[in-house]
Amino acid sequence: MDVRVDHVRKEFDRFPALHDVSLDIHSGELIALLGPSGSGKTTLLRLIAGLERPTAGKIFFGDEDASEKSVQERNIGFVFQHYALFRHMTILENVSFGLKVRPRSSRPAAGEIRKRAMELLDLVQLSGLEKRYPNQLSGGQRQRVALARALAIEPRVLLLDEPFGALDAQVRRDLRKWLREIHDRTGHTTVFVTHDQEEALELADRLCVMSQGRIEQVGSPDSVYDTPTSPFVFGFIGESSELPVNVDKGDIWLGDRPIGISSPEASGAARLFFRPHDIELVDNGAGLAGVVATSRRVGGTRRVELDIGGAGHRVEIDLPFDHPAGERTQIAFRPKRWTLFPPA
Amino acid sequence: MAADLTRRRWVAPTNEPFWVRALLVLIGVVFMALFLVMPLVAVFSEAFRQGFEGFVKALQQPDAQSAIRLTLLVAAIAVPLNVIFGIAASWAIAKFEFKGKAFLITLIDLPFSVSPVISGLVYVLLFGSGSILGPWLKANGVEILFAVPGIVLATIFVTFPFVARELIPLMQDQGSGDEEAALSLGASGWQTFFRVTLPNIKWGLLYGVLLCNARAMGEFGAVAVVSGKIRGQTTTMPLQVEMFYNEYQGTAAFALASLLALLALVTLVLKTALEWRFGDELAATGRGH
Repeated sequence: MDVRVDHVRKEFDRFPALHDVSLDIHSGELIALLGPSGSGKTTLLRLIAGLERPTAGKIFFGDEDASEKSVQERNIGFVFQHYALFRHMTILENVSFGLKVRPRSSRPAAGEIRKRAMELLDLVQLSGLEKRYPNQLSGGQRQRVALARALAIEPRVLLLDEPFGALDAQVRRDLRKWLREIHDRTGHTTVFVTHDQEEALELADRLCVMSQGRIEQVGSPDSVYDTPTSPFVFGFIGESSELPVNVDKGDIWLGDRPIGISSPEASGAARLFFRPHDIELVDNGAGLAGVVATSRRVGGTRRVELDIGGAGHRVEIDLPFDHPAGERTQIAFRPKRWTLFPPA
Repeated sequence: MAADLTRRRWVAPTNEPFWVRALLVLIGVVFMALFLVMPLVAVFSEAFRQGFEGFVKALQQPDAQSAIRLTLLVAAIAVPLNVIFGIAASWAIAKFEFKGKAFLITLIDLPFSVSPVISGLVYVLLFGSGSILGPWLKANGVEILFAVPGIVLATIFVTFPFVARELIPLMQDQGSGDEEAALSLGASGWQTFFRVTLPNIKWGLLYGVLLCNARAMGEFGAVAVVSGKIRGQTTTMPLQVEMFYNEYQGTAAFALASLLALLALVTLVLKTALEWRFGDELAATGRGH
């Protein structure tokens, strides 16, 4: 099911949470709404679900205008960060709930409901736990129950609000892989909200990066990571350093020194962004020269903070872990891949 | 000095010496015995002074019988109404944002902070013959004051915080996540209420009902002002106890009083049983991480 968000605005007590947001979600894709807290990502998800009503704009499910439909009529599956399992019901009763509350005309027979619920518990690998209560399960198991419960109503769209936010790191990683597998098997159009860029990059077909109630960039993980279209996205996705530079006749200068890279089409003041691993060391010639301020081992590389020039600029670069650089060592480098943005 | 320190046995910082603990326990026990247990024992011993037969006979008096019936009737009206009010108010406070919420919460507490006599007087001022409504009520033959409706109204006023007070923190703590989940799964509003909300609050609700009922049956001050104390018609159990006592019918007074005391004890036992059995849910620790 395609979902189209068309110029949607949302205000809470006149405080704008979303400004004129438009987004096309393709049928069968797994898309991540990614942003810091307060970016409006959860609000957008709840608007799609029908748990909130847009102040202006429309939401389409396929060709059908869903804006005025209640959450029940939209037939969506929603998974909450804190599971929201019904604590007085067993796991089986939780999963069957959505089928049991259907009007008699469309409700499957009791045996059929039970069979479907058991199949779903099997899908989420919780067979044998159907008689337990939610408080007898671990966090990861609870979230899997919540997913099974949402899938039971055969939703047109699956919406997940920070589904792994309350879980510890190891469980998160396992569930991430597992969710991807479930998605590939069931093919539901899935939207999930996260503030964890690693999670979004690993799991999603496409990312929708949000900030301050607006969409900053939409694209595949590769395109968002490799060609960020705004300083915010460059800084939010992956690691980055920023330097205020000047472009003169295509050459890029930091203060009164050329840094050995050029950008023919730009001129004047600009902000230079690059990632710590996208650099090359230079022995002679133009480059950014700095003094090592701190140096620490991160996995297979050495992450070094450099003080550049005298103006107090500090950048991060990655060196091979066996690089001999110690504190106060002089190092010169050039960004290999970088982007210029206009000054703020 | 250093040697002293090493020789002294380690004591938990919050642990008090034996005599302090003993003293505190003793004060507690003596106080309870003096002010709670002794009066309770006195009530029952006075009630059975003329033996079990005397006790039964005292309760079989028409006045005692009608007082018991009236008390049960008043509680049977006041408690369900306050349950509905309590659920509605706590639902509104816990699940919606609106202006004047803090004021509403304060208002719900009003009956706790106002003397019951004043609560009764309010109704006299509102419905009495000297009030604005009084003449109209009289002309239309509606009896409120010095009749059962007045007693019911005063009882509702005095007891309406109990259920709401119990439910507001519970529902606030639970938030609306469960309800949103139920709605997203296709449940209607009523299905959500009966299948999700009510089971989530049932123990807190039961607890509030117990307290509300105990107070509804035991209320004296507010009811005394509005009842007019018409023998056999508008005397509830607490009022009848006082009347018997003033008429030197000691056994009858204490027999009736012992019923009220028994109600209190039963309430207490049920309350403790609930706390023991469902302590976690009553403490409203929420979604159980």
